[in-house]
Amino acid sequence: MTRYRGNPQAIRDLIRPTEVHRDVYIDPEVFQLEMEHLFANTWVYVGHASQIPNPGDYVTTEIGRQPVLMSRHSDGTIHVLYNRCPHKGVKVASEACGNTGKFFRCPYHAWSFKTDGSLLAIPLKKGYEGTHLQEKEAVKGLAPVGGVHVYRDFVFARLNPVGQSFEEFFGDALSSIDNMVDRSPEGKLVLEGAPSRYMHPCNWKMLVENQTDTCHPMVAHESSAGTAVSVWEREAAKGGRKPMAVEVYAPFMAPYEFFEKMGIRVWPNGHGHTGVTTSIHADYSAVPGYMDQMVAAYGEERAKRILGENRHNTVYFPNIMVKGPIQTLRLFKPIAADKTLVESYTFRLVGAPDMLFERTLMYNRLINAPTSIVGHDDLEMYERAQLGLHSDGLEWVNVERLYEDGEEPDATAVINGTSERQMRNQFQAWAKFMTMSMDDATAPAKSGAAA
Amino acid sequence: MSAVTQDDLVRFVYREARLLDEMEFDQWLALFTEDGHYWMPGEWRQTDPRLQASLMYEDMLLLRIRVERLSNARTFSQKPRSRCQHVLQVPQVDEMDEAANRYRTYTPFHYVETRGDEKEWYAGWARHELAVVDGALKIRLKRVDLVNFDAPFGNIQLFM
Repeated sequence: MTRYRGNPQAIRDLIRPTEVHRDVYIDPEVFQLEMEHLFANTWVYVGHASQIPNPGDYVTTEIGRQPVLMSRHSDGTIHVLYNRCPHKGVKVASEACGNTGKFFRCPYHAWSFKTDGSLLAIPLKKGYEGTHLQEKEAVKGLAPVGGVHVYRDFVFARLNPVGQSFEEFFGDALSSIDNMVDRSPEGKLVLEGAPSRYMHPCNWKMLVENQTDTCHPMVAHESSAGTAVSVWEREAAKGGRKPMAVEVYAPFMAPYEFFEKMGIRVWPNGHGHTGVTTSIHADYSAVPGYMDQMVAAYGEERAKRILGENRHNTVYFPNIMVKGPIQTLRLFKPIAADKTLVESYTFRLVGAPDMLFERTLMYNRLINAPTSIVGHDDLEMYERAQLGLHSDGLEWVNVERLYEDGEEPDATAVINGTSERQMRNQFQAWAKFMTMSMDDATAPAKSGAAA
Repeated sequence: MSAVTQDDLVRFVYREARLLDEMEFDQWLALFTEDGHYWMPGEWRQTDPRLQASLMYEDMLLLRIRVERLSNARTFSQKPRSRCQHVLQVPQVDEMDEAANRYRTYTPFHYVETRGDEKEWYAGWARHELAVVDGALKIRLKRVDLVNFDAPFGNIQLFM
């Protein structure tokens, strides 16, 4: 039974101003349509240029559920290609990353492709003499995605060849990436350290929503951050400095008032961030020598402005979160309606003291890893939500907190930090990009054979 | 204690695993030196726990937080509680240096962690670095390398 395919109005009806229908999280057909529409119409994060510094370097990943590879061509350009041999469909690159040399070679029949995807050679080519191969798509090589944009080494792609431009889609939201990059005295980040990979039996959007949910930490994380605080209070009596780990854990137990004051900013198209005025990252101890490096690089005023930004979580719709003050990026990869792979990446600030990277790695393992007790708290809630939403007791999820009548979708605004405005913002964007290319499908059928 | 024998080291490693299986976490913590660490690398043949990514690299403060959390009334991810079982190969003794007070063992293992109806299997190698402190063997470093350290796991809540 198809309730939603070819029915954009049914999709729009899943989103009310202050409520979301449970099918958004649990319905396999909605999930399939997300893969076909939402992940095709939006600019999706693929990887970081520092992962592929040299010609021939590549990374394999997915956009939605489309297998793609990101490669560095001989002229230095970055290409995002479907990871599918145009001959029989074999995935050409199988490892997470590597260097393919001057060309990709399909392991099945040795069709080979330049690192920009174009066809290089086919063995026994004379077998195609007199055939119509030259007229087929197969001779074009590895198909490129619809669009690629590299912003300060962050690589984004859009599957659909038409749609909003990169700048229009992200707008001022890019300021969070700017701030993370500017924190390097050389204005450069490198992705380093193995990504933490964490499997979640829940819908990917629960994770995205949680990034700007400021009413759960002091409740859900009482067991982890709360215990950390109480154990440290006992230990502190013995004297000594507050350890870095306690600085990382403790702010998760900040009171509601703290989160109210820190604010949330929303931007058009589903982007937004917590921590406008201050954040849980604002009170880390100074790293010796770092401020001096920043002042030398940027001048005192600008250095202070860069480090004075302590944005907490910036959501880049649809599926990444960037944390500038701690130099991490989390990618929420949808696998099924009830299965999501979370990849957490760590960046080194080029030219900055090692201690900053040490803190980044510590944060990632204390908060984002499968061995993280803070992560255990969150995953438990997602799992229970994924199960609970099947209850017929109620079909709607409430996102009404601090709703204001006449709230404009697709507007920039700064509001109370415990508002669910950013979640509402995401769902408005969700409906927009889900249905953007569906309307075409419901247009009167074109005459003649399908293209 | 008198000179440490190979048998002492083997018995120590077995006892440590048994304390975990029996969820005697306070007794388990008491096996560590005050500057001891528990380390689960996140990279193949990892050499640096600080500037390379690990699954865990925890000192006694962080381990105490974990243990205390397990019995907290509002630890929702432990409702129901997890249980675990270790199956160890005979520990191999890699080093017995009485002068340096350093003893190292190597123990391949299989480990099961269960919660509710779920059961997860892990396999890896445990490396213990032990020292005699106040007449008893203690753990300076327990290093646990998983065979598939880079796989996307769900929650790992207890200790391997």
